[in-house]
Amino acid sequence: MSANQLALWYLVAAVSFILALKGLSSPHTARRGNVYGMAGMAIALLVTLALVYSHSKHVLPILGGMAVGGALGAIVARRVQMTQMPELVAAMHSLVGLAAVLIAIAAVNNPQAMGLDFPITFGHKLELFIGTFIGAITFSGSVIAFGKLSGRVRSAPVVFPGQHYVNLAIGVAMIGFGIWFCASPPEAEWPPFLIMTALAFLLGFLLIIPIGGADMPVVISMLNSYSGWAAAGIGFSLDNPMLIIAGSLVGSSGAILSYIMCRAMNRSFFSVILGGFGGEIADAAAGAEKKPVKSGSPDDAAFLLSNADTVIIVPGYGLAVARAQHAVKELAAKLTAKGVNVKYAIHPVAGRMPGHMNVLLAEAEVPYDQVFEMEDINSEFAQADVALILGANDVVNPLAEQKGSPIYGMPIIEAYKAKSVLVNKRSMASGYAGLDNPLFYMDKTMMVFGDAKKIVEDLVKAVD
Amino acid sequence: MTTGVDPIVINLIVFVLAIFVGYHVVWNVTPALHTPLMSLTNAISSIILVGAMLAAGAADLDWGGWLGVVAVTLVSINVFGGFLVTQRMLGMFRQKERGTGATKE
Repeated sequence: MSANQLALWYLVAAVSFILALKGLSSPHTARRGNVYGMAGMAIALLVTLALVYSHSKHVLPILGGMAVGGALGAIVARRVQMTQMPELVAAMHSLVGLAAVLIAIAAVNNPQAMGLDFPITFGHKLELFIGTFIGAITFSGSVIAFGKLSGRVRSAPVVFPGQHYVNLAIGVAMIGFGIWFCASPPEAEWPPFLIMTALAFLLGFLLIIPIGGADMPVVISMLNSYSGWAAAGIGFSLDNPMLIIAGSLVGSSGAILSYIMCRAMNRSFFSVILGGFGGEIADAAAGAEKKPVKSGSPDDAAFLLSNADTVIIVPGYGLAVARAQHAVKELAAKLTAKGVNVKYAIHPVAGRMPGHMNVLLAEAEVPYDQVFEMEDINSEFAQADVALILGANDVVNPLAEQKGSPIYGMPIIEAYKAKSVLVNKRSMASGYAGLDNPLFYMDKTMMVFGDAKKIVEDLVKAVD
Repeated sequence: MTTGVDPIVINLIVFVLAIFVGYHVVWNVTPALHTPLMSLTNAISSIILVGAMLAAGAADLDWGGWLGVVAVTLVSINVFGGFLVTQRMLGMFRQKERGTGATKE
């Protein structure tokens, strides 16, 4: 196959990837989009395999590796629970990062085999260096993120004095060794290259350990972005447009998701990256639990719900933790049968990753035309009879609209505008932001304490 | 046409234009599908498998080539896992499809 033919096939694959992303603009076209993605990947891999075959005939180890990895991937894809999606995605990012590092090492070891000049030119070395360090940071950062999300590592932020300076020093040293690597003759490349790589691994680790559990949606989006840039960096060093295009698509997608998540949490990107926020102010409101709240039984709540015309359900991650999605769907079905108009309101950070709550509800077979994003449904709360808040706290906290509060400016679901508000929580404990929630003390609010699944099941029974 | 233009410059052109395309396409993704978006882009980033194949396909399969084989194996988990789990997730969104797709930005 000529280089031109190869490049044209890569173009077809790149267009397929773009169509795949475009498909996700609506649930109707999304599956077709994913099929485009698969087709693009198949084309890119087949023509590359053909290229390798025409050069060296060494395709058997590749096919063997693909069979083993592919089988593992297929098993994981089938077995993973939707609540575990953030962990799975973090684990997969780490693999892309590690692969980028391995490919770069192979390229330094034997540049000619990868179609590079020997000695490698300064420009290509610089690109290899960039691809390697981004890949290494992606790898170790994703491993920590995976550990925190899956509960294998304590998710509380790990902070120590001088942390930023240590990170800065390591970053500068890493760049220093990287430039040394670029300037070295072939026989002296390894020491600076390996030290640079080791420092990058360390840096990825140190960057993620200070970030608390609540900021995970940002971290995971950021690592998503990095894995794309790592692929693009390797593409630059191998002069491979396929890697550059696909890597940039992924990189910009992850960057946009990070931005959306930061905006939804009212955090600047840098305050998340510099870390340590998640648990710091958790004690701020600990003493403020004296005010009276009105609490009620599931029967009282069921009475309110069945006499309403419109009910908006606000699910938070607490709902998913309690595995109450199916019970909620049942409750909604029962209410709908009684002529109640039921809708769901989703805050962008309702789950552990962007869009997570939508998937969890979809898994419970909640029809997606009942599920609305925050901006689309906020105007409807004023007309709603009941806002039913299940396992959510900060995202419905009206303090966000009060100047001077720590979460001032954070976009919230305006549940407090509903005629009455039902809140299910396990206790009066504060949310991640560590703030008291005035919504709980309003006259029209009734608290129903208990495990979300149990309470919702009781509601289902009581709604007859 | 491109005589005299360094490949690095061409790569840069491709890079910048691809970012623009990505930026505009991704802003159009409905927020309800952001998790599938992430698993799909994760699958797409395993395009790095192309690089791994080139490393694994070296004429003399030395230790560097075997590193490439390791990379091929690792990323294959992503390729298959990523696309399949995306398909599985999107299937959930399809099941109760009715009325007009209301979950739009």
